[in-house]
Amino acid sequence: MKSAVVVFPGINRERDMARALKLISGREPAMVWHADTALPAGIDLAVVPGGFSYGDYLRCGAIAARAPIMAAVRAHAGSGGLVLGVCNGFQILCEAGLLPGVLMRNAAIKFICQDVYLRVERSDTPFTRGYNAGQVIRVPVAHGEGNYVADEDTIARLEGEGRVLFRYAAPDGTLEPAWNVNGATNAIAGVLNDRGNVLGMMPHPENHVEAALGATDGRGLFAGLVDHFKQAA
Amino acid sequence: MARTSRKPSARAIQKPATRKAKRRSKSARRGKISPALVAAHGLTPDEYQRILALVGREPSITELGIFSAMWNEHCSYKSSKIHLRTLPTTAPWVIQGPGENAGVIDIGDGLAVVFKMESHNHPSYIEPYQGAATGVGGILRDVFTMGARPIACLNALSFGAPSHPQTRHLLAGVVAGIGGYGNSFGVPTVGGCVRFHTRYDGNCLVNAMAVGLAQSDKIFYAAASGVGMPIVYLGSKTGRDGIHGASMASAEFGEGTEEKRPTVQVGDPFAEKLLLEACLEIMAKDCVIAIQDMGAAGLTCSAVEMGAKGGLGVTLDLDAVPCRETGMSAYEMMLSESQERMLMVLKPEKEREAEAIFSRWGLDFAVVGETIATKRFIVRHGGKVMADLPIKELGDEAPVYDRPHVAAPKPPIVTAADVAPPVPTADALLRLIGSPDLCSKRWVWEQYDHVILGNTVQRPGGDAAVVRINEGPKALALTTDVTPRYCEADPFEGGKQAVAEAWRNLTAVGARPLAVTDNLNFGNPERPEIMGQLVGAIQGIAQACKALDFPVVSGNVSLYNETNGRAILPTPTIGGVGLIDDFTKSATLAFKGANEAILLIGETTGWLGQSLYLREICEREEGAPPPVDLAAERKNGDFVRGLIAEGIAEAVHDISDGGLLVAIAEMAMASGIGAELDRAPLAAHAFWFGEDQARYVVTVKATVAETVMARARAAGVPARQVGLTGGDALTLEGERPILVAKLRERFEGWLPAYMAGGPA
Repeated sequence: MKSAVVVFPGINRERDMARALKLISGREPAMVWHADTALPAGIDLAVVPGGFSYGDYLRCGAIAARAPIMAAVRAHAGSGGLVLGVCNGFQILCEAGLLPGVLMRNAAIKFICQDVYLRVERSDTPFTRGYNAGQVIRVPVAHGEGNYVADEDTIARLEGEGRVLFRYAAPDGTLEPAWNVNGATNAIAGVLNDRGNVLGMMPHPENHVEAALGATDGRGLFAGLVDHFKQAA
Repeated sequence: MARTSRKPSARAIQKPATRKAKRRSKSARRGKISPALVAAHGLTPDEYQRILALVGREPSITELGIFSAMWNEHCSYKSSKIHLRTLPTTAPWVIQGPGENAGVIDIGDGLAVVFKMESHNHPSYIEPYQGAATGVGGILRDVFTMGARPIACLNALSFGAPSHPQTRHLLAGVVAGIGGYGNSFGVPTVGGCVRFHTRYDGNCLVNAMAVGLAQSDKIFYAAASGVGMPIVYLGSKTGRDGIHGASMASAEFGEGTEEKRPTVQVGDPFAEKLLLEACLEIMAKDCVIAIQDMGAAGLTCSAVEMGAKGGLGVTLDLDAVPCRETGMSAYEMMLSESQERMLMVLKPEKEREAEAIFSRWGLDFAVVGETIATKRFIVRHGGKVMADLPIKELGDEAPVYDRPHVAAPKPPIVTAADVAPPVPTADALLRLIGSPDLCSKRWVWEQYDHVILGNTVQRPGGDAAVVRINEGPKALALTTDVTPRYCEADPFEGGKQAVAEAWRNLTAVGARPLAVTDNLNFGNPERPEIMGQLVGAIQGIAQACKALDFPVVSGNVSLYNETNGRAILPTPTIGGVGLIDDFTKSATLAFKGANEAILLIGETTGWLGQSLYLREICEREEGAPPPVDLAAERKNGDFVRGLIAEGIAEAVHDISDGGLLVAIAEMAMASGIGAELDRAPLAAHAFWFGEDQARYVVTVKATVAETVMARARAAGVPARQVGLTGGDALTLEGERPILVAKLRERFEGWLPAYMAGGPA
């Protein structure tokens, strides 16, 4: 799997993402600067990582969404290429119109860094084929604005089309308000675009990929992507 | 002559910003420096006489401002210097001790750890979010100025009594500020401590520590070298924020403190992140001769230090300084504490390359001066010389005071017989574990990103944080600690204890303690009893650091922590750094399974003086604190570290606040596994809650318990088995069992409920 990680000023989880991609795909991702206008030729996956692009000033992701490189990301998605946005990356993809909805302040109005449990809703997508449907995984969140909100029709469409891939859940997979850390609508932690090739998610699978550090549930996402491209090849 | 900047600042009409500035510039025009003006700058009449002698004429207002910035307590350490000199600062692994932006130690493999702790107490009280945020920003800058990439932050926070009306506001703001800066900058905040005491009402303490990693042969220093070298200004623009911040930090609080809000700087973590990346990039490209961040006293302090340390003079052309607002005077520019700024001496042939890197990161870059052979500090503005001062004297010859100090009488020893237990042991435990000082600080550290960079092996909540170095297997153990109530009762023993406790925290995760940074927070040093506390604590720290081979490599002194004449508890915070050879072998405090023998390492006399039991349960804050036997400390610690290295220890926890039973309860809560405890060999309340030092709880497989205790005996280390792990409750003979779930509820309950408006 050939991947590229887009770096905006203020992004700060690009190293975590690059390390996970290298570890699991065996290939160093290309790091692409925000002012560039093209992604490296022949990449399979474009990743918009987490952080505080432009300091979250104005509105999370709003400035980055208008950076020159985003035209290339949009074109990559338009031609069916896979795009993954994590945390600030999710916010940027929403602001860029590649995903519906917005990420609002956490319901508790505080930044939250803790491990959360996610229920994987489907396993038949390139992003989740490394998991089983209904499987519960543990990965960390670290955000102040992760409360997913969209209008009723959009939510109904996302749900109807099976585009919610991850939900905040209890360790046994049940949905309870107490486990929905940021108060997201329908406990949504990750959504797909209508074409199924762009995923945005708030939690950080890239931070749980090493057994030596005690948690590996994030590996499935990257391993699934690697499988997907292996099979496609 | 200084070259012009890439983006010359707009030259506008000189317009003083504040009424105060107007007053000052008026008197400057009259050429009269009045005694009131001198006093307003925090300088004594004697100090002013000294300035007159050094300058040989009446100084200009800008010059007076420069002196006040360099000679205030915060920058000059004038009250503490002669005592700080007694601290041990060397060891074979120390690359750089105190005196630079941060301390540097060698950890092998060509790597060095750069770290320092610094206070931002006064700003955080005045404006908690920005005060704390810029505290974090400042200490991060100190670390990456030396060429290190920050890999972890810690902090130590002291707030007033929970019942004080300001406490919630301060705690919420400080925590949000620390998180707001560190999270955005992209460094994990992995540890710290939070305490409450009525003596911090009106004067909270925010001590922030940053730790970075560098190549040991690529450390950057402040000393300039070479004549005619360009001095370059980098980073954010200069504004009117934080003018006189360092002087403010060197004064007591009283009525009207809130009016000092304009002296607090505003942080921009985004700019700092860019500054970090740009600085590390130009350092990697070998462009830099010397570098100094603009922290306290901004442009003044950084420029003077670069010159004074390098034995050179400096000229500055303020017309070239990138400004955020128009019409700033020389006085304002020299004293601004605008954040996220750096001063560098660049290799002339690399100037273009460095400028390209900075413009790629969208940061200001301006040549604002150069080094000169004559040892003067010359500041020009609008074509006029605004200051012309002897640089060496300015930087190195600040007044040094041997202030009178008296030691407080030693308090009497409180014995177990003097303390009648008012409640059963189980009730006391539940109350202690849910008390403000001992309860879980999850509410705090969950607002800090503690997993970013993907190297956090042990998260907050243990004895010390463990952070992997690059891909491992080496890791750093990091901690901050101090027990202010001990320091208040006996500054010398308290100082020793702060060091021993930090050493013990590192040992408890299996690390070899290497060095410390100290952050000495005290009241007004002009009062002999406060000075006595400072002197006593430094003596204690010095003795402990010597005995434990744990040198002080950096630090900060914060004095005048008083409000309306009432001082804080003496709080010499110690930040400790240790090395673990293989992070997969670090120990944690959670019980690992049932039927493990619980061993108590270290001698237990049941010392109740100054214990939390005495304070929280008996409502008595009195007595001598537990003495620290440094030889025992070392022997016991080395023994425990050995057990961890050999893989014999299953769980390890140091015994500190709250004593043995609190330590065991924390191990139970971390694992969900209970314990069955034996009868106490001395008075139960003294045995379970006494705070004797140099102690650990270690669990081992029951089958090896005897062997381990025999080894301890052979090593001269007191050890006894106090129970077995298992079940879902703590069971003490003759007491009702306490469910671990119940303990957790108490432990986790207080702080979130309090912050939601619940009882104090």
